[in-house]
Amino acid sequence: MSPSEILQQIVNGLVVGSVYGLIALGYTMVYGIIRLINFAQGALYELGAYLGVAVFGLLGTFATRNPILGLVVAVICSALATAAGAYLVERVAYRPLRSAPPLTPLVSSLAVFFLVISIIQVVTGAQPLTYPQVLSPRPWNLGPVTLTPTEVMIAVVAIALMVAVNFYVQHTKTGRAMRAIAANTRSAPLMGINTTRIVTITFMLGGAMAAVAGVLFGINYGTVTYNMGEFGGLVAFTAAVLGGIGNVPGALVGGLTVGVFSSFATVVLPNQWQEAVVFGILIAVLAFRPQGILGERVADRA
Amino acid sequence: MTALEVRGLVVTYGAIRAVEGVDLHVDEGECVTILGANGAGKSSTLNCLAGLVRPASGTVELDGNPIGGLPAHQVARRRLTLVPEGRQIFSALTVRENLLLGGFCRPQGELDGALAHVLEVFPALSPRMGSLAGTLSGGEQQMLALGRGLMAAPRVLMLDEPSLGLAPLVADQIFAVIQEIAASGIAVLLVEQNVHRALQVAARGYVLELGRIVLEGSATQLLGDDHVRMAYLGHGLGDDE
Repeated sequence: MSPSEILQQIVNGLVVGSVYGLIALGYTMVYGIIRLINFAQGALYELGAYLGVAVFGLLGTFATRNPILGLVVAVICSALATAAGAYLVERVAYRPLRSAPPLTPLVSSLAVFFLVISIIQVVTGAQPLTYPQVLSPRPWNLGPVTLTPTEVMIAVVAIALMVAVNFYVQHTKTGRAMRAIAANTRSAPLMGINTTRIVTITFMLGGAMAAVAGVLFGINYGTVTYNMGEFGGLVAFTAAVLGGIGNVPGALVGGLTVGVFSSFATVVLPNQWQEAVVFGILIAVLAFRPQGILGERVADRA
Repeated sequence: MTALEVRGLVVTYGAIRAVEGVDLHVDEGECVTILGANGAGKSSTLNCLAGLVRPASGTVELDGNPIGGLPAHQVARRRLTLVPEGRQIFSALTVRENLLLGGFCRPQGELDGALAHVLEVFPALSPRMGSLAGTLSGGEQQMLALGRGLMAAPRVLMLDEPSLGLAPLVADQIFAVIQEIAASGIAVLLVEQNVHRALQVAARGYVLELGRIVLEGSATQLLGDDHVRMAYLGHGLGDDE
């Protein structure tokens, strides 16, 4: 590969990886505060993608005349509705299991994952839905690399949201409460922190970010399919583990890294090897650096 | 005036009855201690008052308002503050963040003043404000736990074994501060294994055995009591100090 091709693959990887990072936020934040791998996150990402295109469709001529505004409305509605879905999932599938052994909510999260995906499959008849082309498809030549306006928008939105979430976690009162629960679940309520409420907020925030990621994915590839949450969810999980699960900036770092690796994989290897490469990364991280790139050792608290 | 009034408190863990009908009260500005051996029900009593464990029966009133059975975060909001056994600080957060979390329920505008006050009481924490709490020494962590409790502007501050695991000299410092806190007018309910120290700091005490209060009285009375001297202070009958 020439240097410009390599650079192009890195840029492509960063764009895709920023979307994975956005999904990974939900995994990492929920794990951080209640030590649960919430596999439903992948289904919420898919749900968000479908709700986004559905809202865009419902807006009808308003959206066709003002596509960018329509998209903004669609992504906000999708994020809010998916956050409500995340609330429902937490309320029904996890909260009753709060005192159960850790494996029980994990299995429950897998059940939610398959339930949501199956519902989407049934409702849509397993037909892919087409996302509108909102921005010009004409690529920009930026020195040695080319990027479409859509790709630039995706990376900017995803990274801006991740920075905003990180700021929220680090510098607001609610964010500090989240970190307090993560650091010491037992003594957080003694400060007056309503743990249940903070856990709910965390789930909803993770769901909203997954929904935005789903819409961004839809815009990027033009179509969404009923099984997109399976691969997307697992790649994002890999990103969360790679970055250091429980670590918010780690979601970004992990997402971008996985994105770049899988982007190279599609060039160097036949296309169908992409999944093998991503999950090879997952196995390698778990074997050699289970705390991830930015995470601390979690063995003692897992 | 009574700040905290507990009547007939029963705490059970399944079939185990840890606290069997405890009556106690703490007056405003008073320092009261609960003495007892391991497993007597001291920590269970405090954990129950703090809302970490629901009482099986009994009433708890703070300033005349019933708070028994409320969840921990609501008890904390009413400023009945527990500094738990083993410190339970937020190790992964900075000292400053730990203190701010102590003042979680207070209006934003009061926090700077509260921080300044805590640093006056614990000047040793001042240079460590930006450090992760987990990097502090045991004594500093206990100061942080106490400081975090003070940040809540407690009506009654409940301290569970504040000297546990500390070197004697450090424990002395901690008791000196507890004495200061009590003297400043904050009501304190102190659970301690170090009976001698506890009775020096407290004005009054209860002796808890197998979940029941078997003795109560002023610190002087308890120090002079034969049972207390035999069981908790390591003196034989007729021994003189």
